[in-house]
Amino acid sequence: MAYSFDFSSLADYGPVLAKGVAITVELIVVGGALGVGLGIACAWAKALGPRWLRPIVSAYVELIRNTPFLIQLFFIFFGLPAIGVGLTEMQAAILAMVINLGAYACEIIRAGIEATPRGQFEAGASLAMSPIQTFRHVVLVPALQKIWPALTSQIVIVMFGSAVCSQISVEELTFAANFIQSRTFRAFESYIVATVLYLLLAVLLRQVMRGLGLFLFPRRRKTT
Amino acid sequence: MSLITITEVRKSFGQNEVLKGINLDVAAGEVIAIIGKSGSGKSTLLRCINGLETINHGSITVAGAQLAPDEVHLRALRLKVGMIFQGFNLFPHLTAGRNVMLSPMVVKKVSQKEAEAEARVRLEQVGLAHKFDAYPDELSGGQQQRVAIARALAMKPLALLCDEITSALDPELVNEVLAVVKKLAEEGMTLLMVTHEMRFAREVCDRVVFMHQGRVHEIGPPEEVFANPQTAELRQFLGQS
Amino acid sequence: MTQFTTWDIVSNLLLAARWTVLLSILAFIGGGVVGLVVLYCRIARKVWLQRAANLYIELFQGTPLLMQLFLIFFGLPLMGLDVSPWAAAFVSLTLWTSAFLAEIWRGCVESIPKGQWEASSSLAMSFFEQLRYVVLPQALRIAVPPTVGFSVQVVKGTALTSIIGFVELSKASTIITNATFEPFTVYGFAALIYFVLCWPLSKSSQLLERKLNVAHHHH
Repeated sequence: MAYSFDFSSLADYGPVLAKGVAITVELIVVGGALGVGLGIACAWAKALGPRWLRPIVSAYVELIRNTPFLIQLFFIFFGLPAIGVGLTEMQAAILAMVINLGAYACEIIRAGIEATPRGQFEAGASLAMSPIQTFRHVVLVPALQKIWPALTSQIVIVMFGSAVCSQISVEELTFAANFIQSRTFRAFESYIVATVLYLLLAVLLRQVMRGLGLFLFPRRRKTT
Repeated sequence: MSLITITEVRKSFGQNEVLKGINLDVAAGEVIAIIGKSGSGKSTLLRCINGLETINHGSITVAGAQLAPDEVHLRALRLKVGMIFQGFNLFPHLTAGRNVMLSPMVVKKVSQKEAEAEARVRLEQVGLAHKFDAYPDELSGGQQQRVAIARALAMKPLALLCDEITSALDPELVNEVLAVVKKLAEEGMTLLMVTHEMRFAREVCDRVVFMHQGRVHEIGPPEEVFANPQTAELRQFLGQS
Repeated sequence: MTQFTTWDIVSNLLLAARWTVLLSILAFIGGGVVGLVVLYCRIARKVWLQRAANLYIELFQGTPLLMQLFLIFFGLPLMGLDVSPWAAAFVSLTLWTSAFLAEIWRGCVESIPKGQWEASSSLAMSFFEQLRYVVLPQALRIAVPPTVGFSVQVVKGTALTSIIGFVELSKASTIITNATFEPFTVYGFAALIYFVLCWPLSKSSQLLERKLNVAHHHH
């Protein structure tokens, strides 16, 4: 029996989808920015930070990278209130994304830092900069530039991962698709639309990251 | 009758025509050196003969096997003509002996025993019988290139194409490879070699082809070409090298 | 109300973890087999095959795994196939895995120098013989660490199948939480079990990678 597609019954749900897209964008913008920030801090700690801090950061990174995002999210949303940390759905989702991206970004950025020639650190030191100043002004930007494509891919992956935030009732894109299919009984169409929207969001996100890269690393504009 | 017939061959990379109508006949047993500046198309010509590049126009035939882009024709052609590369291109995951044995076994379905016996003969021929079980990264560049020659010979080709086979070698290793090539020439192997070794070309080759800007600019026996260049381009080229 | 001991929680989680392990293994094997086919298409010398393989890879890498799960779970019944959550989970994880593995392996194949292709061409080998005897044996060595590394993603990916109702470790965690009202303990232990499954894989991938970088010999 051939299935006849019917996207028309989805037409009324444009606003629902739009809201879903908006919340997914909010999740990835806030989560992405804070996550990369955390990643930079952890990468610094792991590569250059005080010795006592390194095993702690390593443990965090390993723990996050070896457990599913869904479980991290559930632990934060359902588990933390048991020890008195109650978060709204949105707060829990963003926290989970920050913690998740932070761990991956840490490893990616650290690789960039470790690829920095020794001479750069020595040059910074010889100019009387503190280690932190050397890191901030000499090491970090070229390191980020080197790993920007890998970081971009990771942020896209985290955005795809954010689909499971629907499971704690964050009203993002997947939640919208679930909602629409429960109303229209057009599951296949609903998820096709959501999938295409994710595809477009990923393309857009890559473009934004590319643009951000051109802004942050202007020297590159001349060569490419 | 000639073994290799190259007729009106043209080859372009995009807008850039690197071979502009090449005609060349090579008789069985002939040894030919192709000389010329880089960019003159000499390596491209060699690669066309082995079907590593497709041609845009003209034809290439080796002992009745015609160059055509499909796998059946290419296979027939490559069974008749072997190739040695500047960068050796030995298979790093196989020993010297296995490098030589591989193609006879998988392409010609020769038994392992026969292939091994043949490989030992070929390695002996290039003076490396004792390196049968050595891996490529345990061999010097010169030794690797000699294994590559043995590997090509094991397919019993009618002709060998040598693409600057000593250019990647340290100077002290060049002679051991050239000695092997010279011996092959004396044994009657048909050889087409792109080379910068002018002294070797003069001593060993029957004819020298000077290529310039995608054309055969001058051709003749080495004593004529080297002693009495007809064109300003060849005079300039010989003066430089 | 029934009292649950910590051991009750852990033992039930471990029982459910068997399904996580089984699904991971099957999806990894299935993904490997399909991935080889996709890899072959991706590097074959037919432009339309390459394009098809590219599209396949980009679709599965460019969309959320959860959407793929939903589309297969809700989509296959529309074609008249009645699928259980278990079958939908297996199929979608297999397809998803195959796209990633094909892409990882393509990178390995492409890192083999062009000269290896040319040398084997000049020895009259066919495309298949070149792959079989010259390129894949070399590519395989460098493919092992990233392949093992990706297996971690597969194990973690199985958690999503809980959302379509397949009872594995994550779904069991939710069920047990609903019975015990101890989310902190339950999800904590679930995370620990995932960690125990994944960390050895991550670590061995790193060690293999390091070994490969140190080793220059091929025997």
